[in-house]
Amino acid sequence: MTSTRRPIAFWTGFCVVLALLIVAPLVLPEFWRRFVTEILIWGLLAMSSDILIGYTGMVSFGHSAFFGLGMYGAAAALISVRPPNLWLALVYGLVAAALVAAFVAYFSTRLRDIYFSITTLVFSQIFYVIIFTWTEVTGGENGLTFRRPALSIPGLFSIPFDSNTLHWFVLAVVAVSYLVLRRITQSPFGMVLQSIRENEPRTRAIGYAVERYKILAVMLSGLFAGLAGVLYAVQNRFAAPDFVFFLISGEVVVFNVMGGIGTLVGPVVGAAFFLLLREGFSRFFTEYYLIWVGLIFTAMVIFMPQGLLGFWRRRLNQ
Amino acid sequence: MSIPLDQILIQTINGVVTGMILALVASGLTLIFGIMDVVNFAHGELFMLGAYVGVVTAVATGTFWLALISAIVVIALLGAMIQVTTLRPLLGRDPLTTILATFGLSLVLQNYALWQFGPVARNMPEPITGHFTLFYLDYPWYRIAIALLSAAIIGGLWLFLKFGTYGIWIRATTQDRVMAAAMGIPVPWVHTAVFAIGAGMAAASGVLFGPLVGVNHAMGLDWTLKAFIVVVVGGMGNLGGSIAASIFISLLEAYASLWVSPAQAVIVSFVVLILTLLFRPTGLFVPTPK
Repeated sequence: MTSTRRPIAFWTGFCVVLALLIVAPLVLPEFWRRFVTEILIWGLLAMSSDILIGYTGMVSFGHSAFFGLGMYGAAAALISVRPPNLWLALVYGLVAAALVAAFVAYFSTRLRDIYFSITTLVFSQIFYVIIFTWTEVTGGENGLTFRRPALSIPGLFSIPFDSNTLHWFVLAVVAVSYLVLRRITQSPFGMVLQSIRENEPRTRAIGYAVERYKILAVMLSGLFAGLAGVLYAVQNRFAAPDFVFFLISGEVVVFNVMGGIGTLVGPVVGAAFFLLLREGFSRFFTEYYLIWVGLIFTAMVIFMPQGLLGFWRRRLNQ
Repeated sequence: MSIPLDQILIQTINGVVTGMILALVASGLTLIFGIMDVVNFAHGELFMLGAYVGVVTAVATGTFWLALISAIVVIALLGAMIQVTTLRPLLGRDPLTTILATFGLSLVLQNYALWQFGPVARNMPEPITGHFTLFYLDYPWYRIAIALLSAAIIGGLWLFLKFGTYGIWIRATTQDRVMAAAMGIPVPWVHTAVFAIGAGMAAASGVLFGPLVGVNHAMGLDWTLKAFIVVVVGGMGNLGGSIAASIFISLLEAYASLWVSPAQAVIVSFVVLILTLLFRPTGLFVPTPK
């Protein structure tokens, strides 16, 4: 590897994309401005799940639970405290997601492969049923609505969110999360995760406490998924049980596979691709767009197992 | 808060009836998993489509039994088609890719049903309309017929696997794919046939279940999840275990719904699954591995 050139290329690419995304809301019409913000949020969720799918080799079908709990945690803070405070929502959401992630991680990491997937799926369904039926607290099927907090630093400034500032705020959170996650995957901890993916018995034989690393990986992943949930709650001003349902987890896996697992950027590309497909198809086929999205996804699983990013990379190398 | 004996008895019968339908769904799923390591996420959608084919035929022809048979045949053919086009290319890859591919298919099938049949639930006439008195209830004979018919289909499958030539091929392929191929068994076609059989069984249970609550496009999701739970609790790829687990879990849910709403009773089966995975990951109803 040409280790001197790669970081430069990476940082240039990162800055160019970041600059484009900063400028995006200034040039795009209102609808697409919202759309790009939404891609960033789903991208963060997909990125968080890539820590498990791509780096540790555990396919989680339960990310909707972490995402949803982040949403409901933020909702709790925004409804109970007047005036609504953004940072409190963030703390509540992250704590809720972290608690659930710790709980799920403790049980599910004892299992491997499809058993891990099924366990995470079932856990997310448990939370779905609880949220769906506990109407007094969670609003049941209707969910919760609340007001959007202002972007403020106590004692310094406080401005209400409009679609531009919201976009920049989301962008800042997602960009920092990306850098943190990237740093983590390149750290010794991340290396251990990757060696678990490649060969778990050998990693254990070398002397790493594989179980502890897996639990930490699930919690880390759940924390960032919860962060995405908080952002989504702030953007849309509601929390609904539909976002805890396992179809959302399935979509997250779809983002990962479409974009390319184990790349962090890939899942964001996948989320963008999926949302664009959905947008494009739903104009022509209304709510039946999932037929085509499903077909494309299935074809991609068969013919393009590395996802879009891996496919492009191989094309470029040829 | 004491629950009278008659309610417990009624719930026992209800539990066994749903348990038998579930067993029919789950035995197809476990057969598919056992033979080709495919976790079929679209199994519930095959159940749902089977129910739709059943409704359409039953309304057009007026005979329920014709509807049952045509649903089995149509969905078995669909299953064969799915296997050949989607799962055959994935053979030998990580089993997780099959979850992904069948998840994609389930999106396609579910939304196809929504598109084709609309969001309104369809009603299906019960073929047997008689009732008998169970304590203070008029209990429909049809429910008892469902349990018996499911048992008959599963029994037929078991006999076929045990004694039929093709059944022996299937069992041979389950045990050792390479050796079976070496013995001249056309393994790829055995896979296709097994997927078709599993799909047909899902369709049969869909048609049988149809008259109980009506048919809609989202009914498959629930059954996929339930069948997964049952298959894991019973031991992956273990036919007898799945049947026992189906009845066990349905009974538990039926009893639980004496105290809480049926929506919450589902949690009981989730908890059973998690406990099973933690303490007996090979399945509840299999002998302890040595």
